[in-house]
Amino acid sequence: MKGFDLLAILLNPEFGKMLLHGVQLTLVVALGSWLLAMSLALVLLCVRLAPNRIAQRGVMAYVSYHRNVPTLVQLMLWYFGIASLLPDALQAWLSEHSAEAVFAIIGLGLCQAAYFTEDLRSGLRSVPPGQTEAARALGHSFIGAMRHVLMPQAVRHAIPALVNHSVSLFKNSSLAMAIGVAELTHAVKEIENQSFRTFETYLLATLMYLGFSLLIMAGGAMLARRTRIAGAR
Amino acid sequence: MGSALGSVIDIVRDNWLLLLIGQYPNGPLGGIACTLILSVLGIVLAFPLSVLLALARISPWRWLNWPATALIYVARGVPLLMIILWVYFLVPLLIGHNVSGFVTMLVTLVLYEGAYLAEVVRAGIEALPKGQMEAARALGHSHLGAMRLVILPQALFNMLPSMLSQFVSTIKETTLGYVINVPELTFAANQINNQLLTKPFQVFFLLAIIYFVVCWSLTWAATRLEQRIEAKRAGTGGARAAKAAPVGAQPLAAEP
Repeated sequence: MKGFDLLAILLNPEFGKMLLHGVQLTLVVALGSWLLAMSLALVLLCVRLAPNRIAQRGVMAYVSYHRNVPTLVQLMLWYFGIASLLPDALQAWLSEHSAEAVFAIIGLGLCQAAYFTEDLRSGLRSVPPGQTEAARALGHSFIGAMRHVLMPQAVRHAIPALVNHSVSLFKNSSLAMAIGVAELTHAVKEIENQSFRTFETYLLATLMYLGFSLLIMAGGAMLARRTRIAGAR
Repeated sequence: MGSALGSVIDIVRDNWLLLLIGQYPNGPLGGIACTLILSVLGIVLAFPLSVLLALARISPWRWLNWPATALIYVARGVPLLMIILWVYFLVPLLIGHNVSGFVTMLVTLVLYEGAYLAEVVRAGIEALPKGQMEAARALGHSHLGAMRLVILPQALFNMLPSMLSQFVSTIKETTLGYVINVPELTFAANQINNQLLTKPFQVFFLLAIIYFVVCWSLTWAATRLEQRIEAKRAGTGGARAAKAAPVGAQPLAAEP
């Protein structure tokens, strides 16, 4: 066994490049799926609030499916299953444009949208009903009341849950390894195979993941503090 | 669509035994049986660890408090897959011989779930009115005696629904055993997919349905249990139930 030496990994041009590439891909997958999840969650929230029984049931089924099926299985269903049902031309095009990453973003994004939409909904539920009535009485339309009065308060209530789920989305980006995305965990296994410096490689990756996760948590806490309304519950 | 559904039923008919128990008795126990055994053992062994961690986390002694807090933050901030890799590497080094994928996965789940459950237990303890501890101390109990006889029995009872939903998360987390060749349900489905080759959608759709049925029924049970516990607490004292109500919400994201 060789002595402990982090620099042997960091300063090695080949390993350093693999590590950097892995971090980049992890961030691309995490950010891409976060954006997809958040936009979809807002759409789902609007549908959930619409006075239509069937639409509400549809969103409930969506949320229930994505919360009760393991994320890894959802990714496999997308990458191995649904991909095989697409037209041949599209499949060929996708496999030229890193299909793994695309399906990882779609799979993780759709899954996390279910969590985000529930977070936003429970944030909305903690806004007192008098707020809606007052906003409507002041002449706001439903959408206007939503945009200017209710959502700003709801999002504040939802920040802690949204931050927790953003951290788990970031952590779940490591699952993309199982469908062949060369993100950080994947790079770590490669470097370990070639360098035989298991401890150092794992330590570097763990510190990177932990660093980004703590950054998200700290950012969320700061956002919550900055946007707090004085005197609000 | 009709033929797709037909072939899902065909897959079940041809492979139900593999999905249920893996290659047992000709090989290791696998399939749903392996998934469930792994999750039950994981949560049962994680529970005592989580109570200890929670007590350490709320203890006023810094040398107990800091390591527990650090461990919990590491578990919250590092992907489960990374922890699996660590256990896979460190456990053989520590005990001197190789262990199976099943044991690796079990150790990982105990550590990871222990940390998450510790936050659940802590939330349960902190949600109890302060008077409980003060009254127990005034009656002459030591800090640990009061914890054991007065605080924990109440806190753990109130935490039952959260623990059940943590169990659902554990079931979902066992899927990662696939990466280190634990023969659980996801692994079995991949075996079937590799044999058939032509029906990936049907195989993974079936896999998703099986997980959904198992986890959904447990989630449903957790919700029912929560309602019954709320009702029971409301019966003993409305003010206290109202005060403790937000605790029912998950203190942490249950993932993946």
